[in-house]
Amino acid sequence: MTTYLLRRILWMIPVLLLVALITFTLMHQAPGGPWDRDLNRRQVDAATQEALNRKFGLDKPLFFNFEGGNPFDSQFFNYVANAIQGDLGPSYRQRGRDVQDILFEPPKGKPFWDSRFGYSMRLGVLALILAAVAGIPLGILAALKRNTIFDYAALFVSTIGISVPSFVLAIFLIIVLAGQLNILKIIQRDWSNPAAWSVPAIVLGFGTFAYITRLTRNSMLEVMGQDYIRTARAKGLGGRVIITRHMLRNALIPVMTIMGPALAGLITGSFIIETMFGFPGSGREYVTAISNRDYSMIMGTTLIYAVLIVLANLTVDIMYGFLDPRIKVK
Amino acid sequence: MTTSTQTQAQTPVKPQPQTDPSAATTPGDLSAAFNRAPRSLWRDAWSRLLRNKAAIAGAIVILFFMFVAIFAHHLAPHNPLELNSGKGFLPPMWVQESSTGKAGSPEFVLGTDNLGRDVLSRVIYGARVSMVVGFIPTLIIVVVGVSLGLISGYWGGATDNLLMRFTDIVYAFPDLLFFIIVMTALRATAIGQFLNGLFLLFVALALVNWVGVARLVRGQVLALKERDFVLASRAVGSTHTRIMFRHILPNSLGVIIVAMAFLIPGAIITEAILGYLGLGLRPSTDPNDIFITSWGSMLLEGQTAINNQPWILLAPAIAVALVVLSFNFLGDGLRDALDPRLRE
Repeated sequence: MTTYLLRRILWMIPVLLLVALITFTLMHQAPGGPWDRDLNRRQVDAATQEALNRKFGLDKPLFFNFEGGNPFDSQFFNYVANAIQGDLGPSYRQRGRDVQDILFEPPKGKPFWDSRFGYSMRLGVLALILAAVAGIPLGILAALKRNTIFDYAALFVSTIGISVPSFVLAIFLIIVLAGQLNILKIIQRDWSNPAAWSVPAIVLGFGTFAYITRLTRNSMLEVMGQDYIRTARAKGLGGRVIITRHMLRNALIPVMTIMGPALAGLITGSFIIETMFGFPGSGREYVTAISNRDYSMIMGTTLIYAVLIVLANLTVDIMYGFLDPRIKVK
Repeated sequence: MTTSTQTQAQTPVKPQPQTDPSAATTPGDLSAAFNRAPRSLWRDAWSRLLRNKAAIAGAIVILFFMFVAIFAHHLAPHNPLELNSGKGFLPPMWVQESSTGKAGSPEFVLGTDNLGRDVLSRVIYGARVSMVVGFIPTLIIVVVGVSLGLISGYWGGATDNLLMRFTDIVYAFPDLLFFIIVMTALRATAIGQFLNGLFLLFVALALVNWVGVARLVRGQVLALKERDFVLASRAVGSTHTRIMFRHILPNSLGVIIVAMAFLIPGAIITEAILGYLGLGLRPSTDPNDIFITSWGSMLLEGQTAINNQPWILLAPAIAVALVVLSFNFLGDGLRDALDPRLRE
């Protein structure tokens, strides 16, 4: 187990390096440079650009330095080395701010969770909690009352939730809640009010809710057909004990293990929802960076998100090992 | 032992109870069961599919949208690019706006957008992009994924190793972020402008999604090549090519078809999201173009009017939801029909 874990963790390094390499290469295909200004503003003159390039090491070769000295003294490897030390470089558009400051630095005197990333993290956690609290009981009930109208309703809702993308759902909800019923303000300004979080969190978590419902139901159905359930019944255990002690314990293993990736997916996948609701998270910052062509910001955020996803996928494998002793890692 | 085989080991293939269709019949009916004309697996699957109402409804909706996409230039009541000045923000024909006093007219069934362009015609033309984005990358994905999956599963070795390493990278990269990066970075290049930017989207979609298909086919091959009928075929001297194409591929087709049915809506959603971010299809100004607007771009254009003129946004949103839902119903139906053992 330990060697397996170690190998999995070590394997993350080349994977993340490649993600960085792909992103880096693609970003350098894009037109425009870090010192470009809006076309209607005064441009940075050539001499200053050169000085700035030298200061930030952008005059070096892209991948390998063949001009003698250290071959790894190139833009890419310096970027990676800095990124490991937590420095994602200056934003191309927000002058004087580094990418990591934009993402992780809260406003003065506020705790970490008031940073851009903190906001997205809280929204993701809230969405996951809502999805699990609604999805797990619904899935269990659907399995216990299999082939009843209840089961069909749960399946129908989960099919819609799995297939209809969240931003389309958001459009419907905004139009109904804000446009027709006037319950919700379209663009919230005040996110200190917990009620303001509910609609984005519900929309964001709906797909996950549908997925959890389906997974719980299928997993329950599988467990219900197992021999040990029959044994439990045969020795005269009551229905409730069988359900809680024998079925749920086993049926919820797959549900628990997807929580990590689900959370990572919700945090990294919330950018459209954040943009639609004007939510001040890292996702909306990312969309702004796309439209501003803020390449260093796009690259830094992508890397952070990739790290999150790789770690989340790792937790699945680890959790399986601990929760289900039947699965032995070779 | 590589990491990949370990990942495989964690999801043990559960022996599925093999349901024998004749077992359900009573002994008296047995002669009838034996005397009926032999039916192929595909006929069986087809008749099971026909009994699934949701799947058939989905298929009809998909066929309808394909028809709309092909004959868009005949079906659209207006030129989707025509600016009807003074007729901007008209509501759909059955709506009477109380605030502005504007009433919908039968001339513009689903209303007009801010520039007075006919929403219905634009939705009709948008179907084209969605259908093409759904089907073309999926075809590429299936061809590449199936060939590499077959080779990797059957021969193993370097291809297999490479496939597994590539999978790790693709799984680590959030796909949507990859699409966004590709579309932003290469948008201004020649490839990015080819086919109004659709070509680049095809490539990006194919690059990410072939891995899933290859993994799926590889798993199938690994399971099938140990089966007795393959062994028997080898024993009578079949060549490897013959075993691959006569035995393993036909037996994997069901899984491949189901995977296709779920890849298509995924691609359509991706296009809509990218369009909404302004990274999808490049809006065309030439009315003779095949691809003029997409549902994603329409969502972006309608976004600012979400409060007061929701119909601009509602029409493409409903279209996306309807098409995606239909593909999912069809996919579920196909899975149940092609592999009844997997029925939930």
